[in-house]
Amino acid sequence: MLNRTADSVARATPESLARKVRGISDKGLAWLFISPTILLLLAINIFPLFWAIYLSFTNYRANRPNEVVKNVGLANYRRILGDQDIWIAMQTTAHFVFWTILLQTLIGFTLAWLIDRKFRGHAFWTTIILVPMMLSPAVVGNFWRFLYEPQIGLFAYAISFVSGIPATQIGMLSNVSLAPWSIVIVDTWMWTPYVMLICLAGLRSIPEYIYEAAEVDRASNWRQFWSITLPMALPFIMLAVLFRGIENFKMFDMVNLLTGGGPGSTTEVASITLKRQAFESWRTGYSSAFAIILFVAVFGLANIYVKALNKVKQR
Amino acid sequence: MSLTSAHSVVAPSATSKRVAGTIIVLYALISIVPLLWIFATSFKTPPDSIAYPPKILFQPSIEGYCNLFSTRTRQTPEYINSLGPATGVCDETVRKRNMVIAGPSNFMPRFVNSLIIAFGSTFCAVFLGTLSAYGFSRFKVPLADDLLFFILSTRMMPPIAVAIPIYLMYRELGLSDTALGMILLYTAVNVSLAVWLLKGFIDEIPREYEEAAMIDGYTRLQAFWRTVLPQATTGIAATAIFCLIFAWNEYAFAALLTSGTAQTAPPFIPTIIGEGGQDWPAVAAGTTIFLVPILVFTILLRKQLLRGITFGAVRK
Repeated sequence: MLNRTADSVARATPESLARKVRGISDKGLAWLFISPTILLLLAINIFPLFWAIYLSFTNYRANRPNEVVKNVGLANYRRILGDQDIWIAMQTTAHFVFWTILLQTLIGFTLAWLIDRKFRGHAFWTTIILVPMMLSPAVVGNFWRFLYEPQIGLFAYAISFVSGIPATQIGMLSNVSLAPWSIVIVDTWMWTPYVMLICLAGLRSIPEYIYEAAEVDRASNWRQFWSITLPMALPFIMLAVLFRGIENFKMFDMVNLLTGGGPGSTTEVASITLKRQAFESWRTGYSSAFAIILFVAVFGLANIYVKALNKVKQR
Repeated sequence: MSLTSAHSVVAPSATSKRVAGTIIVLYALISIVPLLWIFATSFKTPPDSIAYPPKILFQPSIEGYCNLFSTRTRQTPEYINSLGPATGVCDETVRKRNMVIAGPSNFMPRFVNSLIIAFGSTFCAVFLGTLSAYGFSRFKVPLADDLLFFILSTRMMPPIAVAIPIYLMYRELGLSDTALGMILLYTAVNVSLAVWLLKGFIDEIPREYEEAAMIDGYTRLQAFWRTVLPQATTGIAATAIFCLIFAWNEYAFAALLTSGTAQTAPPFIPTIIGEGGQDWPAVAAGTTIFLVPILVFTILLRKQLLRGITFGAVRK
């Protein structure tokens, strides 16, 4: 169709203009427009990725650049899969991802469902709710350290006010059993609006006539919710879940500043382990292998994500 | 829900609206408390900030902001008395704590770095993104879907996994701790968002506009410049703001790849310490200054927010 248009344009225009039209062919222009982006991504993302793949088969250490680099084959991968610490980090990550997604989906969907009632001033309050997710997780996460302080922190004070437990005993960041929840709370505070916004779009995409028909059929509100609202919003909820899943699987900044993986390694999610191995122990080869494993996992998730995304788009 | 309601049979009842409104307002107020607390703490004195119980009412002070922008040294009262009158509000404030201002802190240079790197990378990402998005939107590109997925997938990589080889590569190229290196990196991360968002926006502009322009004798390039770009201004602006927010907020790359001259504000703010621990009013002051631009942008963007956070997958 494009070619036909181009042909008709070429035929309809005088010779002097036609030359101008043909100046750059559409195909040439397409590549001219797209190639800089592809080249940049090849240089900054793909080339380093291949470098990392190469390093993952070596014993290279970035802090000793002059040492002879030995090829160690699959040894790094074998060691990672047998490394207790790595498995603990994966479990910590799974705990974090599971609970953040569960809480964010439940709260986010409920909020969206309530906002969809379009009470007076809902637009203003929605904007207020959205603010936390736009802020820097690092800078805000850092400030949560202050809110979590056992005695002087506002969070501990509020909890002790409600529960009666002395504020000095609420060490969210120092208590081994509370620390994993401290990161779940901040992440949920920050990203529930994200899930809410996507769910809201899902709820608003449901045409009103379906509810009208259900009303005519005397379907109860309960029934309408389970048979219309939830199934029709489901693709959107899934989209939000997958997006949060990928993001939280890679979670680094907020956790690094809030707990730094501590106390001990109770909040050491995969990215923190990776950082400790790569930039503190300087086991570059070993950490590259771990990075590749994480990347393959995220890539798998991303694949599912894009498929789900296309499904949502088709609606 | 009553079937006899005046307008629509499915409109929520007044009671359900009131209940929903109350819950939402409560949630909004609670979720905004940490941010209000940051703002309040920035105007507290260090003793007020660590008082128990936490002080809601307090005498506002600009000490946090003074401490944020300056480095101070402790001196004897005799020495301070010998100095003559204080030269400014901050000078006066710190003298009350037996200190004198020794010089400016690193906050300003780090803030300027953040500005340069965020704006530089946003410009590059939007420039490249607009061209690519137009290419993908209007031309038959072989393997277009695969290329678009490739572009998106680069954004899915865990930042630390990318940082390891980038760290080595930048060390070889001399790009470690340089603004140029960070701009290149953020451009690469943001260009995927820019391509996906802008493709959506450009897809919505009817092709007929350019075709008409080309029939009028414009070349395709001119048609792109004179008809598509003006039509896509809103989309380009929204995309630019999303890229800006990402680059502004980014921490992982900045913390691992910059340490001095090119360090941005996010890795710097947590390192602000006073005597005997973190100087929370100064941290809060830095955080407040850092967050205000994003608040303004969020309000400007609220109509496009959904599109931006889903890579253009959900449009309203």
